Amino acid sequence: MTSSSVRLSAVTKSFNGTDVIKGVSLDVKQGELVVFVGPSGCGKSTLLRLIAGLETPTSGEIVIADKDVTYAHPSKRGVAMVFQSYALYPHMTVEDNIAFALKIQGRPKAEIRAKVHEVAEILQLDHLLQRRPKALSGGQRQRVAIGRAIVREPDVFLFDEPLSNLDASLRGQMRVEIARLHRKLGATSVYVTHDQIEAMTLADKIVVLRAGLVEQVGSPMTLYRHPANLFVAGFIGSPRMNILPATFAGSTADSVRIQTAQGSLIIPRKDVSKPASDKIQLGLRPESLSFAAPGAEAHLTGYVTLIERLGGETFAYVALKEFECEPIIIKLDGETPVHNHQEVALTIELKRAHLFDADGLALGHAPDFDPAQV
Amino acid sequence: MFNDKKIGSLYVAPFVIGFLLFTAFPFVASFVLSLTDAQLQDQLGSANFTGLQNYTEMGRDATFQKSLGVTFFYVFITVPLKLAFALFIAVVLNFKLRAIGFFRTAYYLPSILGGSVAIAIVWRFVFAGDGLINQALEIIGITGVNWLGEPNTAMFSIILLRLWQFGSAMVVFLAGLKAIPEDLYEAADLDGASRVRQFWMITLPLLTPVLFFNFIMQIVQAFQEFNGPYIITGGGPLKSSYLLPLMIYEEGFKYFNLGYSSALSWVLFVIIAVFTAIAFWSQKHWVFYAQDREDKNGGAQK
Repeated sequence: MTSSSVRLSAVTKSFNGTDVIKGVSLDVKQGELVVFVGPSGCGKSTLLRLIAGLETPTSGEIVIADKDVTYAHPSKRGVAMVFQSYALYPHMTVEDNIAFALKIQGRPKAEIRAKVHEVAEILQLDHLLQRRPKALSGGQRQRVAIGRAIVREPDVFLFDEPLSNLDASLRGQMRVEIARLHRKLGATSVYVTHDQIEAMTLADKIVVLRAGLVEQVGSPMTLYRHPANLFVAGFIGSPRMNILPATFAGSTADSVRIQTAQGSLIIPRKDVSKPASDKIQLGLRPESLSFAAPGAEAHLTGYVTLIERLGGETFAYVALKEFECEPIIIKLDGETPVHNHQEVALTIELKRAHLFDADGLALGHAPDFDPAQV
Repeated sequence: MFNDKKIGSLYVAPFVIGFLLFTAFPFVASFVLSLTDAQLQDQLGSANFTGLQNYTEMGRDATFQKSLGVTFFYVFITVPLKLAFALFIAVVLNFKLRAIGFFRTAYYLPSILGGSVAIAIVWRFVFAGDGLINQALEIIGITGVNWLGEPNTAMFSIILLRLWQFGSAMVVFLAGLKAIPEDLYEAADLDGASRVRQFWMITLPLLTPVLFFNFIMQIVQAFQEFNGPYIITGGGPLKSSYLLPLMIYEEGFKYFNLGYSSALSWVLFVIIAVFTAIAFWSQKHWVFYAQDREDKNGGAQK
């Protein structure tokens, strides 16, 4: 057992002079499920293909299970990959698809049969073994693709947006299944997605990528509670974090005083140094805002412009008075009585408020933040 | 004035007229002629109905039997060789190489020229006793053979002419190769399959619909080969390259035996039809159609 299963050191990749990966260093621990997440074109799939050996880095080093595999052939890296398109061999039966790698390795027939059946059982594919991929549903194909990876017993599983071709309900189901499999097999996995819900629910550790660079690495809740910058704050969490303009008005050891269009607020915040520019941004998640109880202090006031009722929860869009910004979104209980044009007073859960400087970097950190846990 | 039906008829008229005049009529006429003793120089009205006599005649005609054997030999050699060669070049041209567009064009060029009479004449010069090949051989001290004068080598020279026209089959193979998703090879790479095994286990099975198409086309074309033997060897020596189409031509237009020539055409037609039918019947055993993969979401977005 090694502490680090996959290690990337200063990996870069250029295609025809365009830098796609601009220096990524990363550790994936044994048994961890790490999710690469980011918008289209951020380089997350390229990074996965570099680990798989389907691309060769322009510079840097890739180590898998303590072996330098930077320039090793894909089959010599101990990795198995589940492709976005599944990449099943269309002319082979499910059984032959799963058995392919073992056949190539020249394993004995009996062993291959036993292994394929064992995997098929795990994935509930037993009754489909003689079918061709074209006779399978999307979810079944996905399971065959996973089966093909499992049967090889790799050191590392690589998933390239495996659920993006499935419809929404099936995606949820397969997500649970992948999580269950990961717990069962305990294998190191690297998973690429642009879906932040997949990232949040599956990951032990999320790597947020933007334009070929790592923006932040951390557990899902760390990224959610303590985003290092505006990009991560906006990317993780749905609906997105509301961002309001504010001015820095001084700080103490454990709080910051800010001035907004509606007056001043004291935000609990540690380790804040005076920013270069007084212009800062206040980040408020929809769930850390609520209607102020009668008689209680209101932090913000405005009026409702739009209501989205999802059943269990309701999103209210509130245009803030005096502020020059888009209406903010508030997450309410599904049954909350609210109507359009209603004047509302809002309370902020201040210890969950975020502050960012003019460059978008987090200003200090929340009082419950423990740097040691990252 | 014009209703839709009339306008529609007008649009299909050119094809229908052409088809009736140049395909359907000769088709029927040749069959009728094959049952007569029609001579090219006589009036058609003077021909006598002879029933199947032209067909039974073939059983006694040693030239026909020689020609039939030569034709089968020619087809059985050229079709597999040409398919293999076209596929090989297509696989090479499917590599991601610099200036690959130039090579694709260059390799297709012979096919643009290949079927023409001019190239057949060039071929005659190349293989002639004092032709280019023998001159080249002389330079390295080898005495050449009389390529077109020996039964074995004469056949060889017209087989080579057909192989040289691999371009159209190659282009179809190339299109088929490009239709195979790249990620199948990437998956196979990860599974540790070598390039050679990938070819046999992935490329070839997925290419069988294209292979089937090319096979049918090549069978049909090879049975109809005329330019090569007509221009280069004249069917000789000793009828060693006397392919059936050449015999049909000579019977009809050299010996004026229009009836017998028509009967030969029909035999050739039936042979081609039988081979095509066998191929179609056999395809369920070896042709794999991936197209009816009903999903549209196969393409990966990177």
